[in-house]
This record gives sequence, structure tokens and C-alpha cells, in this order.
Amino acid sequence: MGCSSEGLATALRAAAEVIAEHRDELVDLDRAIGDADHGENLNRGFTAIVAALETQLPPTPGAVAKLAATTLISKVGGAAGPLYGTAFLRASAKLGEAAEVDSALLVDALRAALEGVQARGKAVGGDATMVDALIPAVSAAETAAGGSVAEVLTAAADAADRGAESTVDLIPRKGRASYLGERAVGHLDPGARSTALLLRAFAEAAR
Amino acid sequence: MTVGIVLVSHSAKLAEGVAELAAQMAPDVRIVPAGGMPGDGGLGTDYDEVVAATQRADSGAGVVLLYDLGSAQMTAELAVESLADPSAAVVADAPLVEGAVAAAVAAQSGADREAVREAATGAGLAPDLAAVHEVPEEGVEEQELTLVNEVGLHARPAAVLVRSLSSFEAEVSVRLGAQEADAHSVLALMSLGARQGDRIVVRARGRQAGEAIAKVTELVDTSFGE
Repeated sequence: MGCSSEGLATALRAAAEVIAEHRDELVDLDRAIGDADHGENLNRGFTAIVAALETQLPPTPGAVAKLAATTLISKVGGAAGPLYGTAFLRASAKLGEAAEVDSALLVDALRAALEGVQARGKAVGGDATMVDALIPAVSAAETAAGGSVAEVLTAAADAADRGAESTVDLIPRKGRASYLGERAVGHLDPGARSTALLLRAFAEAAR
Repeated sequence: MTVGIVLVSHSAKLAEGVAELAAQMAPDVRIVPAGGMPGDGGLGTDYDEVVAATQRADSGAGVVLLYDLGSAQMTAELAVESLADPSAAVVADAPLVEGAVAAAVAAQSGADREAVREAATGAGLAPDLAAVHEVPEEGVEEQELTLVNEVGLHARPAAVLVRSLSSFEAEVSVRLGAQEADAHSVLALMSLGARQGDRIVVRARGRQAGEAIAKVTELVDTSFGE
């Protein structure tokens, strides 16, 4: 079964809860190698998405994704705003006017989101960023494309977890952490962690 | 009508301070700071403010945006992409302070958007101090002058000089001791470190070399209007 606009709205509300629960963890990860605002910024952004969805439920999943994108871009303030905003914007464009998202369309949207993040942030795999969670997530989603939406998202979330963990051993080459260089080795990248958390929240909501 | 400048920073104070500094040398240029988050004024870049600042900075000749750190660049690029006419603005990959000053002076002298962007990005490079030619080349006019104004070739006088020369068809340089600076670059002139009492040699080449030399002489003798 596919995912409707209400389904995506439910997933975003679930994501907002997960971000709120992990706000302090993300702040702490970011304090170690960045500017300690990632948890706060994302929490503000997703709280605003939930508020926006209360006033209106857009008619299609693509329109819901676009509402999430513009809200994140306006509200987040740090790098996560333009990056996640661009991810949702590109996904929204891929979802188009479809009333329901099936597995194949979901995989296309995830691929578009990854490409958007890379275009915006200019990061490649191995730079210790959210891209290190997204690249394996999209590959796993493509492999699982024959399954249900929940199966695709679960495969993506599992791979994103492993990808995020891999940033512990990497020297950051993008963002504030790059100024630390080797001193940032041993730390989990907060953006990769939040990407993994979001995909897990979507996967749980789709079950 | 000059090219406008937007300064995108995580900090409202930083954006305002750089705008103040750049405006000193470019009184007619719209320089709009866009720093910090709305409400609490915390650190961050606010997309909506950057979009609004870009619209305010545009008097019809386009806008150049400069940024401080990573996410400010992304916010600036998103803001440009979202404009009704994205070709009206461009994000310059330049150092914020030097780039803003160089861009402001270029805009003040009437440069178009691409030239303003280039002035900003060029400010990140080593100033154009060339080795001195001991023997003046053919067709080059030369005049030795003594700086009488209090601050020497500091920021404002350097900007006045660059602006005054922009209307002449002449390549002009200023030499101090063993170093020579492009007289069309504020940063190059400033990096000479020429002070009150220093003797400089002005060299000009081109159709209006004589007029350019006369103009520089007048400026030096009148203390750049201080």
C-alpha cells in the first residue's frame, strides 16, 4: 500500500517527536565538533512543520513535502535548514502530483533528496556529513525497491544507522567540524545522526 | 543606480559592522546586512531575512551577496534561487570583510554586477604588488608626490583615489620604495602602507595618462578632501 498525504503528514509528526526526544543528544554531538545548535535548530524546524500541518493538510504527498521544505528553510537557521529543506524540495518535485507514493516513487524521491543535499552542501561520501548516512540509505532503498514502502524505509534506515556510525572514524571535510580536522575523529556527525533518526521515524510510521 | 550588496552572516553584529565599514567607502551603494536569527537575535542565518535584504539591495542593477561561514552560503544560494529573477543576484565566494570593502568600492564606481563580484572574489588573493621597473617604460608618465594628509593612503583616501581614476582611460600605479600597487585596487593601495610624509611615485600609461596624473596630484595636494 502506498503513502497518502495524510500518511506523510503522520510520518512528519512522528519525526518531530523523535527529534524532540533526541534534541539534547544532537546538541551534545554538535557541541563536541560544531556550534551546538543542531538539536535546537531541527527541533524548531519540525515543531514548525507540525504547527503548519495543523492549519492545513496539503492535498498530495508532494505538496506536504514542499510545505516541510519551505518550513525548514525558513525556520531552522543553521546548515540543516538549507540542506534538509533542499532534500524535501527535490523529493517534492519528484513526487509531483501523485496522490499516493509507492515504493518505486519513494526510491526516486530519496535519490532526488540525496542529489539535492549534495548539490547544496557540495559534500561527497567520506566527508563526515549527513551524506554518509544518505548514500547507503538510498542504495539500500534501491535494493529493497521491490518490497513495501515500510520495507524500503526500514532498509534505508538500517543502512543510514551504519552510515552514520561510519562518520566516527572520518576526518570532517565540510561544515564547522572541518575546522577541527583530525581532532574531530572519534565523534559521530550530528547531521548523519539526525538523518538516520528521521529515516527510522519514517520507517516506524510506515509500518 | 549602483549594484547592491547583501552581507549574510550568522551574527547580526558582524553583518552590521561589515556593512558600516564598507559603507564608509561607498556612500551611494545599498549595503544591506542580513545577520542572525529573528526574535532573540541568536546566531544563525534567516532565509526570509536574506530574501528581503536582497530585494531591498536591488535598485535595478543587481545584487552581490557575501557570506561568512558554510550555512550562510547555502542560505544565500537558496535565497538567490528563489528570486522572481534569479539572474538579478549572485553569491560571491569571497572573504567577508575584504570582499565587502572591495565590492562596495567597485559598486560605487559604477561597476556592473559581474565586475563587483570579481572585485569581491579578487580581494581574497594576494594584493597586486609588482616588482618595480627601475627604468620607466616608453609612453609611461611619472610624477613624484609627497603625502601630506594625516592618514596617508589609508582606506578612505585609497577609495577616493580608485573612484577618481575610474573615469580615466589610463592604467595607473603607485610606487612606494620597492613596491608598486595597482592604483585601481583599494586593497593593493592600502597594502603599500604609505603614510603621511611618504614620497610616492605615480605612474600612468594610456590615452589619458596625463589627466590621470594631474588628478592624483590634485587629490594628494588637497589631502583627498579630508
